[in-house]
Amino acid sequence: MSTSKLLQGNEACAEGALYAGCTFFAGYPITPATEVAEYLARKLPFIGGVILQMEDEIASVGAIIGASLAGKKSMTATSGPGFSLKQENMGFGMLCEVPCVIVDVMRGGPSTGVPTGPSQSDIMQCKWGTHGDHPVICLTPAYVQEIFSETVRAFNLSERYRTPVIVVFDEVLAHMREKIEIPEKGVLPVENRRRPTCPPSEYKPFDETKGDVPPMADFFSGYRQHITGLNHASDGFPVNASPRIHTDEQRLIRKVEGNRKDIIRYETVMLDDAEVAIFAYGVSGRSGKNAVEMARAEGIKAGLFRPLTIWPFPEEEVAALASRVKAIIVPELSLGQIIFEVERCVKGQCKVEGIFRVDGDPINPTQILDKIKEVK
Amino acid sequence: MSFNYDQYIRGGKLPHIWCPGCTYGIVFKSLLRAVDSLKIPKDDIALVSGIGCASRLPGYVDWNTLHTTHGRAIPFATGLKMARPDKNVLVVSGDGDATAIGGNHFIHACRRNIDITVIVLNNFIYGMTGGQHSPTTPVGHLATTMPFGNIDPTFNIPELAKGAGATWVGRGTAYHVPALDKLIIGAIEHKGLSVLEIINACPTTHGRRNKFRSPTDMLLWMKDNFLPITAFGKLPPEKTAGKFPTGVLFKKEAPEYCDTYYGMVERLMKQKEKGA
Repeated sequence: MSTSKLLQGNEACAEGALYAGCTFFAGYPITPATEVAEYLARKLPFIGGVILQMEDEIASVGAIIGASLAGKKSMTATSGPGFSLKQENMGFGMLCEVPCVIVDVMRGGPSTGVPTGPSQSDIMQCKWGTHGDHPVICLTPAYVQEIFSETVRAFNLSERYRTPVIVVFDEVLAHMREKIEIPEKGVLPVENRRRPTCPPSEYKPFDETKGDVPPMADFFSGYRQHITGLNHASDGFPVNASPRIHTDEQRLIRKVEGNRKDIIRYETVMLDDAEVAIFAYGVSGRSGKNAVEMARAEGIKAGLFRPLTIWPFPEEEVAALASRVKAIIVPELSLGQIIFEVERCVKGQCKVEGIFRVDGDPINPTQILDKIKEVK
Repeated sequence: MSFNYDQYIRGGKLPHIWCPGCTYGIVFKSLLRAVDSLKIPKDDIALVSGIGCASRLPGYVDWNTLHTTHGRAIPFATGLKMARPDKNVLVVSGDGDATAIGGNHFIHACRRNIDITVIVLNNFIYGMTGGQHSPTTPVGHLATTMPFGNIDPTFNIPELAKGAGATWVGRGTAYHVPALDKLIIGAIEHKGLSVLEIINACPTTHGRRNKFRSPTDMLLWMKDNFLPITAFGKLPPEKTAGKFPTGVLFKKEAPEYCDTYYGMVERLMKQKEKGA
């Protein structure tokens, strides 16, 4: 028996974390993400978990990485300005291969921007926010139910690939209330990181001979180890200018890019015979679905491709789509970001048209419908 | 019998990166002796650092060690400690790491009174990057980014820690080694946030630009100007200029953060059980 609840997106995100086994949350108050922390503050103590309001956003991500190294499933949640502040330590998590979940509830920006309005303009920051080459898994739910289930999936991917995973949605989804079903324990899979079975004397935290995702030992478990944000050898100790850096960074990227089939998830709506496709994620994906229904009602062959995984980007899927439609429309709450990725994959096979909006309101289905009619 | 350092030093990781004349090696050995005398098993202790010369220390020690980002050791350590309150968590930091870029974390850890030992190796300079002025560089001293003499007022680290709520505050030097061993032991034994400032020398980027002719001169400066707090207290006020007290400078009992947090958790879980 599942439990029905009427929840806002932020609360569903918190419920997803709890379902996935998160027992450690550290955060800092920020609109429009604060309810994630507030909800968990009411829940975590009752299961023996930790909720910390840290002194800033930087400390919050530091704390969740520390907790994860001690074996806890951990999460933080923030919005634009806080997401910017977290980037350096997120990079630490990526290089040191520390599982954790980072939620970014997008609001208008840059700078303080529009704290109470939705946006989709952090999407490139999700991919390139921290310096250096790094692996990124980023999920883009569009419904409150999906925020719940994608948060569970984020924890699972993070444990499976030993890397921070970003869940990104926006102010509208964060504060919208929808009825959701929380499945009983055991219905959705819940994964835990692979831990070493070798004797501690043989353990190396970044031993590539054990596969692209080497087993990870908890601090204080008898597997004494050194973890550093310097580029490191398989034993965890720093290396300078070495071919090892090149191959190890390639491995980090390969962990994600080499497992695209496993990581990439998307929804398609009436795409089989579509002549015009909409590529939209998150709140714009909802409007996209609506627009497709309106177009079909008028006999226009429109369809929707809605990625739930935005990074790694569904390159092959978009390329295949471009080969069979006349045009792809990309509605996004920015002045044009993800459209560049779409264009990169389309490679001129079809027309690509954007609908951009940054005035603090979501894109209306009618705006998309008008564009469908224009390009068909 | 002389102390066996090898039992704690990771094989193949020496020589260390510190320059000739640097006093960090003295502190390193003192730390190992102190932890050994407390009989803390190697698996039960974590040493966390940020960035800088001091922050390289954990790499040499066979404990659970974590070398994080600049200034952020304390948040990572807070995560570790809250996750495993039964274990010992130490932070080793420098003056810039702890009180400039990491200043916010430093004061808030003090305020929370979480049971972490914060050891600040104060060498009065950014050594690793080549001698830029830090929050503890004395006024008038030359630094690469203060080529006409430092004009920035300084932090007094123990006073900062005390003001922020640390419940154990001490100061030692790399010269007064037997006393340093005892101070590190005291800092670790204290239940709550302890801050131990250890006065160090950076001959390479600080001393040689500031009229210390040799590393020895820097140690002699420590010898002559850092007095046990009792002796310092007996100095007539006109003789305290340029002198500094050492030892346990401040200590008080206050609820420790993990105890308070998990006390709340226990209470709530019981409440829930009864309710159910």
